[in-house]
Amino acid sequence: MSKRIDVSDLNVYYGDFLAVEDVNITLDAKSVTAFIGPSGCGKSTFLRTLNRMHEVIPGARVEGKVLLDGDNLYADGVDPVTVRSQIGMVFQRPNPFPTMSIRDNVLAGVKLNSRRISKSDADDLVEKSLQGANLWNEVKDRLHKPGSGLSGGQQQRLCIARAIAVSPDVILMDEPCSALDPISTLAIEDLINELKDEYTVVIVTHNMQQAARVSDKTAFFNIAGTGKPGKLIEFADTTTIFNNPGQKSTEDYVSGRFG
Amino acid sequence: MATLMTERKRSALTRGRLPKYTPYAIAASAVIVAAALMALVGFNVFGWAVLSAVLFAVGNVGSSAIVEGRRKATDKLATSLVVGAFLLALLPLISVIWTVLVNGVPGLVTPGFLGSSMNGVTGAVDNASVKNGTPVLGGVYHALVGSVLITFWATLISVPVGLLAAIYLVEYSAGNKFSKVITFLVDVMTGIPSIVAGLFAAAFFAMILGPGTKTGFVAAVALSVLMIPVVVRSSEEMLKIVPNELREAAYALGVRKWRTIMKVVIPTAISGIASGVTLAIARVIGETAPLLVTAGFATTINTNVFAGWMSSLPTFIYTQIMTPTSPSNPDPSTQRAWAAALLLIILVMLLNLGARLVARIFAPKTGR
Repeated sequence: MSKRIDVSDLNVYYGDFLAVEDVNITLDAKSVTAFIGPSGCGKSTFLRTLNRMHEVIPGARVEGKVLLDGDNLYADGVDPVTVRSQIGMVFQRPNPFPTMSIRDNVLAGVKLNSRRISKSDADDLVEKSLQGANLWNEVKDRLHKPGSGLSGGQQQRLCIARAIAVSPDVILMDEPCSALDPISTLAIEDLINELKDEYTVVIVTHNMQQAARVSDKTAFFNIAGTGKPGKLIEFADTTTIFNNPGQKSTEDYVSGRFG
Repeated sequence: MATLMTERKRSALTRGRLPKYTPYAIAASAVIVAAALMALVGFNVFGWAVLSAVLFAVGNVGSSAIVEGRRKATDKLATSLVVGAFLLALLPLISVIWTVLVNGVPGLVTPGFLGSSMNGVTGAVDNASVKNGTPVLGGVYHALVGSVLITFWATLISVPVGLLAAIYLVEYSAGNKFSKVITFLVDVMTGIPSIVAGLFAAAFFAMILGPGTKTGFVAAVALSVLMIPVVVRSSEEMLKIVPNELREAAYALGVRKWRTIMKVVIPTAISGIASGVTLAIARVIGETAPLLVTAGFATTINTNVFAGWMSSLPTFIYTQIMTPTSPSNPDPSTQRAWAAALLLIILVMLLNLGARLVARIFAPKTGR
């Protein structure tokens, strides 16, 4: 399952502060879209508005529309919990639940919602999700050990397995490799390439080579100065953004001549 | 060609340092000098120890100041002050434990002390046991039962109220005015004198059930007034240190807020919460004043907290000391009081050990 996301005229506020201004973007189904840009330009903030996670921060609000296959996430009466069960998220730092085993971490989305699941179904789901996250072979003999005992890269893949176990339509990744070494990063990037066969993937990254390697389309965000809102500067095919960008500031950023 | 440098006999790097044996030499001479000085004014062990320590500190710092310089001397002065303060703080603790042990053990090992109540133990019985030299009769069973029951009910009231208040403060209030008021009131409640809590409970139940209502449950209410702020405070701190990432991880999986709190936040913090509760129990189990005005005194076993007066360990100790069973022979009562005090200390110690055990059992496993 995979759905497209259409964002129109989106403004994101923290209280009175306008953090991201006037974003219009279409994220295709079954593709990888990368968000790049300098720190503080609103990439992560924008990403979190795509599954209503930014509301967790007091005072945060949104104006505009985000359509998931035509359904507005911000329409009246939409339950953010329903939204989040369809749009999963992987965070910057691996955050497996410390009180749960590897198996329970994968089943967290099911178990925390107290949905009933037979043991054989649960076993199948655990194996399928861990294989989907390229982690099965490394942990299949210690599924009942705590998830916090894994290495950082394994923990991050466990978090991805946990996210895909609830079978979302879209997976958002907020700098998923920034806390990982190059080998674990490679494992995650390979995984992203496989995930796009089934899911719409959106990834925020500071690593431009990574954006070039994994994404089909790239969006460049920039900020005019401190206290000013972040804006979407350019959105195009990844090859275009890196080889033939339309904007001067995009070219400066991707070629390292920023500022 | 490079030649090997030989190690110099007297290193230039250790110049101006006192030899290693200096502190021992100073300690020995301090002890001797102190003994001599004490002999002049009248010898006692305590004064001798204090004087030796002071002389040792002065000698150590002084010699260091002369030979080693200002920095080393300051270091030794600070060390002396820190160690001195530590010993000073430890002294009353050791003294209390020693006194209670010495006075309490004979009573505690008396047969029947733990298994019998004071029912039927009158002044005549005490007089007889003193005259005939037979073991002291009567025991602490009724007080032990009372203490356990009252504390159990106080915990039953305090833990849900305290934990839910802490959950509101950390998870739902988002730092609004109301939560600031609650936090302030909880802080004020922490400082309430325990007798005031007792009077509150007594007055409250006098109002709804009629004057003179003294039962174990009234005492439990009084204790819970003292216990709730402790539970709120410790649970609040424990919930606060649960990383926000875990809450976000649960939300991102489409888990509702209350389920996230029940199944992620509380399990992660449960070891701290449980040990906080245990320490709160340890704090109220020794309360005397509120129990005097709410549960009354009893000499018989009462296992019903909702009817009749109830004894407890602290009030048992108080009554045995203040109004001995046999006014002409207070020794048996004194012995029982000390034994009960020892029992109470042992209970509190077990609770503290229990808190550590609980924290270790519930702590998230690392799996390494």
